[in-house]
Amino acid sequence: MIQLSAITKSFHTGKTNEFHALKGINLEVSLGEVIVFVGPSGSGKTTLLSIIGCMSRPTSGRIWISGQEITSLPERFAARIRRETFGFIFQNYNLIKGISVLENTMLPAYPLGGKYRLTKERAITLLDKLGIGSKIQEHVEYLSGGEQQRVAIARALINAPSIIIADEPTAHLDTRLAGQLLEIFSGFRKEGKTILIASHDALVFESAVVDRVIAMRDGSVVK
Amino acid sequence: MLLNPAIIALNSGSLLVTAFAFYALYTALRILTHWNIQSGSELQLLLEKKTYLISTVFSYVLGFELFSLVLFIFTAEHMHDLFVGAMCAAGSLNANDYGYVALVVKIITFMICGVWMIVNHTDNQAHDYPLIRPKYKLLILLTVMIALDTILQIKYFMGLRTDVITSCCGIIFSGESQSLTGSAASLPTTATMLVFYAALLLTLRVGFSVVITGRGAALYGLLAGATTIISLAAVISFISVYYYQLPTHHCPFCILQKDYSYIGYPLYLSLLLAGTTGMGTGVVESLKGPKSLAKVIPILRKRFCLISLAGFLIFALIASYPILFTDFVLNS
Amino acid sequence: MITLLKNLLSEMIWLERQRFFLDFTLSSLWRRKGRNLSLLVVYSLVTFLLSSVIFFTHALRKEAVIILKDGPEMIVQRTVGGRHSLIPVSYIEKIKLIRGVSSVNPRLWGYYFHPASRTNYTIMVPENFSQPDDTVETGAGVLRTWGPLTDGKLYIRAHDGEAIVLKPINTMGEGTDLVSSDLILMSETIFRKISGVPAGYATDLSVTIRNQRESATISTKITRDLPDTRPILKEDIIRTYSSLFDWRGGYVIVLLCGTVLAFFIFAWDRATGLSAEEKKEIGILKGIGWDTSDVLMMKFWEGVVISVSAFLLGVITAYIHIYVTSATLFQHALKGWSTLYPNFSLSPAIDPYQLAILFFLTVVPYTLLTIVPTWTVAVSDPDQVMRH
Repeated sequence: MIQLSAITKSFHTGKTNEFHALKGINLEVSLGEVIVFVGPSGSGKTTLLSIIGCMSRPTSGRIWISGQEITSLPERFAARIRRETFGFIFQNYNLIKGISVLENTMLPAYPLGGKYRLTKERAITLLDKLGIGSKIQEHVEYLSGGEQQRVAIARALINAPSIIIADEPTAHLDTRLAGQLLEIFSGFRKEGKTILIASHDALVFESAVVDRVIAMRDGSVVK
Repeated sequence: MLLNPAIIALNSGSLLVTAFAFYALYTALRILTHWNIQSGSELQLLLEKKTYLISTVFSYVLGFELFSLVLFIFTAEHMHDLFVGAMCAAGSLNANDYGYVALVVKIITFMICGVWMIVNHTDNQAHDYPLIRPKYKLLILLTVMIALDTILQIKYFMGLRTDVITSCCGIIFSGESQSLTGSAASLPTTATMLVFYAALLLTLRVGFSVVITGRGAALYGLLAGATTIISLAAVISFISVYYYQLPTHHCPFCILQKDYSYIGYPLYLSLLLAGTTGMGTGVVESLKGPKSLAKVIPILRKRFCLISLAGFLIFALIASYPILFTDFVLNS
Repeated sequence: MITLLKNLLSEMIWLERQRFFLDFTLSSLWRRKGRNLSLLVVYSLVTFLLSSVIFFTHALRKEAVIILKDGPEMIVQRTVGGRHSLIPVSYIEKIKLIRGVSSVNPRLWGYYFHPASRTNYTIMVPENFSQPDDTVETGAGVLRTWGPLTDGKLYIRAHDGEAIVLKPINTMGEGTDLVSSDLILMSETIFRKISGVPAGYATDLSVTIRNQRESATISTKITRDLPDTRPILKEDIIRTYSSLFDWRGGYVIVLLCGTVLAFFIFAWDRATGLSAEEKKEIGILKGIGWDTSDVLMMKFWEGVVISVSAFLLGVITAYIHIYVTSATLFQHALKGWSTLYPNFSLSPAIDPYQLAILFFLTVVPYTLLTIVPTWTVAVSDPDQVMRH
């Protein structure tokens, strides 16, 4: 369960270009829920996801994840929660060029320091499941867009997170690939994972996978 | 003034480190004035980022202090043929008033830096920075020590005159000398041995009970500090003598030489490690209080106590080896 | 016991983490080969320069100490008007009377300037010269530099202009040590003829002493009995040489300061001006759950890998430079007592002390200077990967 209470986020506080990205967001997300945040760019949905995902701290307000208050956590603890609780899928995949598919997938597990062999096995299983098991030694820049997306998904899953955060996951995918992605998401849903998606793609927010659509504008929830 | 590569290296390194320490201290004090853990403001986020800078600077400083201690003694050792009467580092350090003071300050600075790192590490385990104020206030002391160390070291090197006649270990560490070092050498061997082994055993005993029951950590910190000092006296009084197998040679430096296969380095390093982490154990115990540390302190206490115990054990083994395995017998 | 095992396990996780970081560091260094290679080359070059200076002066210092070790405890010179002058052999008896002196011997040595090769050679009468009067033993450098010999003989002009023909019969081994290179050893008669040192006089006297500890007392007694003499103790000479070489090493390092500083500025610039690609990568790492201290740890390993490679590369090439190729690059600059010794080899002498100095001069400042730039990238916001 995720609870947000009066979350605000301001940038450039006190300067002329002061900007309020979020203005008092209150929200409750139950476990296993699939939520899509919709709204034009600049509406604050990405900022909200990054705050829920412990990537940045709100300027004010409080967040509880499974009962634990995370708002005032210093970065090292926030990072710990982030890598153990969340899996991130970014709009531009954000894979690291020049290293293999396997290494990219394993990256979030490095700071955990588990056994190398076990981490590697876990990565291979995930990549197999996502249908790119044959390309694990290839460098990511030689993969197609759809394949890169799957590597990004495998990477998001490596630490077995309970919450998946996806920012515009279909932005660079054609309809067929977007459909496949949604299928993968529905698989996650069956496993009981919570999924939070920011998207303005109708394919996504009209999908049957989605439990709830939250519309945002100018840093506030409008619906 | 002497100008040799080692002196240039030591002095420029120390100046650089002092500059970094002051920069970090300045940052720390700024953090303290604006610190508000409850706030999520951009300023607070920036200050939290700066705590990483301070930790990084001082973990490198700790490494530097250790290296500079070794290089300082190495250099004193190397320079001995520049001074009439010097046969090893003991003589070079005695060539002016600053040598020994600089050495002692260096050792103390290293230990304070080690203890600071332990406090910092403890603080980092809690999610609300409970020790931020005491630990950054301790930085003032540490930075002053680092600066003092640099000043003394530079004064020592600048004040060296090769025409000075100095006295070496034969005199400084002889029973006849009236100084502190001389009295350490003239300590009755059997009694010193008894005190040394008693202190060591007591420390180990208390240490093991800290590890197992978690009680007595403060006492252990005190014992570790005292045992470190007693051990240094014991090195002068009889441990070194057993290594030299010469009843009258009490030098704490000659064991650092190649002739004794550099045995002094593991000997002193294990003692420094044991002393620093041992005192750290006591300090960690004294930090009890903040609720966020309640879970962490027992773990850290045990960890540092274990490291310290290992250090004392290694030290005891190296110190006892020649006593047990050579035919040399020292009668006082 | 269980707690001990648990502790051990947590240490293992720590090790495993370091392995991950090191792994990743190596692969990211490899990905930016070109960029890192240039840093490595400059870093190694600076280490090489500094190592060469330190190895060289250290080797010379050691060589000097070895030569002096076999020399007499004390040398007694006579001074006239504050300058070194010939000493009457009759002084020997007076010195012998001093308690603690075991023997006194006259020494005959000097320099001979050979106009054809425009070089100075050291001429000397060894204690037992058993060869015929018209023969000499020469150091390795002599025949090489002398120029063409006539019938295999050396023509020498004595102090009074008389030509003396000497046959070199024996060459002292190449590379034995630095000072023997320019030596010409000859009989006493010939030496006096060439140098003009009259009979009854010697260049100086060598004194051996029974107990080394009394050398200072004996030295005072000699000056008291023979006020125009100046006793020089071996330890004084060693001290002078030591400080001379130390000082030279230090001086050259001060001269190299500019180079070193330029390197540090270069390194600082490197660390500050990360490529956009690299910044993005760190952003991604932070985004997927790396913490500032993880990035700092990775950067620490990066520094270790670069420093250790540059250090080893610089030290090894300097070792080859000094001990295998005999310091070809700057022996003239550093040796500076004669230009005569192009072919000698120094006996390899490296100890942890020199390595510690080098480490201090290169790795320590490099590491310190990269702290702030490294920190700046390490604290980049994890959510920057979300902002496009």
